[in-house]
Amino acid sequence: MTVTVNPRPLVRDPRMQFARTVTALLDEDRSTALVYAEISARFFTEAERRHPERVVNVGIREQLMVNVGAGMALTGLRPVVHSFGTFLVERAFEQVKLGFPHQGVGGVLVGGGGSFDASRSGRTHQVPGDVALLDTLPDVVIHAPGTAQETNDVLRRAVAADGLHYVRIVEQTNTESFGGTGLHVVRRGSAATVVVLGPVLDDVLAATADRDVTVVYAHSVRPFDSSTFRAVLTAPDVVLVEPWLAGTSARVVSDALVGVPHRLLSLGTRRMELRHYGTPAEHQRAHGLDAAGIRRSIESFLAE
Amino acid sequence: MDNIERLLGLMTGDEKHDPASHSTLDVIRVLYERVLHLSPVTMDDPRRDRFLLSKGHGPSAYYAVLCDRGFFPESWLPGWGSFDSPLGFHPDRNLVPGVEISSGSLGHGLPLAVGTALGLRAQGIDSRVVVLVGDAELDEGSNHEALELAPALGLDALTVVVVDNRSTTYVVPGRVAERFTTEGWHVVTVDGRDRDALEKALTERPVGLPNVVVATVLDLQDVAA
Repeated sequence: MTVTVNPRPLVRDPRMQFARTVTALLDEDRSTALVYAEISARFFTEAERRHPERVVNVGIREQLMVNVGAGMALTGLRPVVHSFGTFLVERAFEQVKLGFPHQGVGGVLVGGGGSFDASRSGRTHQVPGDVALLDTLPDVVIHAPGTAQETNDVLRRAVAADGLHYVRIVEQTNTESFGGTGLHVVRRGSAATVVVLGPVLDDVLAATADRDVTVVYAHSVRPFDSSTFRAVLTAPDVVLVEPWLAGTSARVVSDALVGVPHRLLSLGTRRMELRHYGTPAEHQRAHGLDAAGIRRSIESFLAE
Repeated sequence: MDNIERLLGLMTGDEKHDPASHSTLDVIRVLYERVLHLSPVTMDDPRRDRFLLSKGHGPSAYYAVLCDRGFFPESWLPGWGSFDSPLGFHPDRNLVPGVEISSGSLGHGLPLAVGTALGLRAQGIDSRVVVLVGDAELDEGSNHEALELAPALGLDALTVVVVDNRSTTYVVPGRVAERFTTEGWHVVTVDGRDRDALEKALTERPVGLPNVVVATVLDLQDVAA
């Protein structure tokens, strides 16, 4: 049964948009379910009231949360499973690995917080390694939307699709939204190709404003759009910028360039623990991922 | 020798898991032969009952019962564990007809069963979900997350069978039943070799509460040691 609802306007905050979109999806499709573990409860009040059988708060039990989602998938439902990324992906990683791909069922994991949102909370609430960890599993589709519009779009696509999807929801946003999947050519140049994944595009554009480089952007992180990447490549210099663990996507860039002589600079968060608090912007700067840091890294790379 | 014992004899090579496997034999037989609505014909019916073998170690008893019920041919049994066999030393639902979950790593089946029961309830399907765990498997903390939530949500479609052969290293007699009781489950303890007692315990269920049958199997202690 399909229930028609008036679409509510988009909000600016991706996490709030996630809650709105998932609430609408629960209204629209009776095979959609939501499983969460206390985190974000205040966003789901309406969804829980309207669909008490398909919205389940398991309490502070993340291992159970993931396998409850997988168990629902075994009965034919499409579960959306949500917590902070660190509790969803890292704490319950074996549940993700065995509950979904090993059973051969799908679902949509939505991890909040990313690398920087919990700048004041510290390491326990930060998950710079989520993309790298999920990348060890077969065929996981990974989305890193950069705006509320993209959040709405990728969630709708992920819930409508099959297989295991991961949607990385953070507070950082880009100015412009891009529809569809794959790489989008944001700017064309001839000196180097800069690949931007997720909400770090504004900083890259500011860092490269006066440089003759090609900038391509994707919120679909996996699968990586190798064919567009190869098609736009004009120079041997490649810069990869992703707002999570540096080098996470170096593998897919290298795979796309087998047989093509190239140089690669991989920018992302560093492995060391910061052990500082403060704002997300201060954390981005500490990892060299603000516009000034990205500019410095690209300048020295291209000068070599 | 009955047919299932004959089928068991066709599988060799996993003697390490023999005690684990044979401790579950009577429970699985009673479930398939007397309690659950499960057959190769209803294998893909969304309304079928579900049996989840969480304790995937030593699945030869499970394979023998599935084979006896016609889920797959007898010719699969002798080559189990070989490269091209669908029958591994831990079962894979993607390879074996009738297997509901791929198991082997302990502590996943009961949480998956809770999700399965919730998924069925959300779709208005009143089938039963029975999950078999071992007493030592309950060492894994993930079980306790499920053990607390199931009664809180009134999941009366869910039945846990604990095959208690006292294989946990730190045995506390009576602890399994007490723990489930504390969390609000309906608890019955029976002799895991007494098929009539198992049938009765597995058939009678309360309304509004999940139930657990603790099936005590102590006759394999010497073998297990």
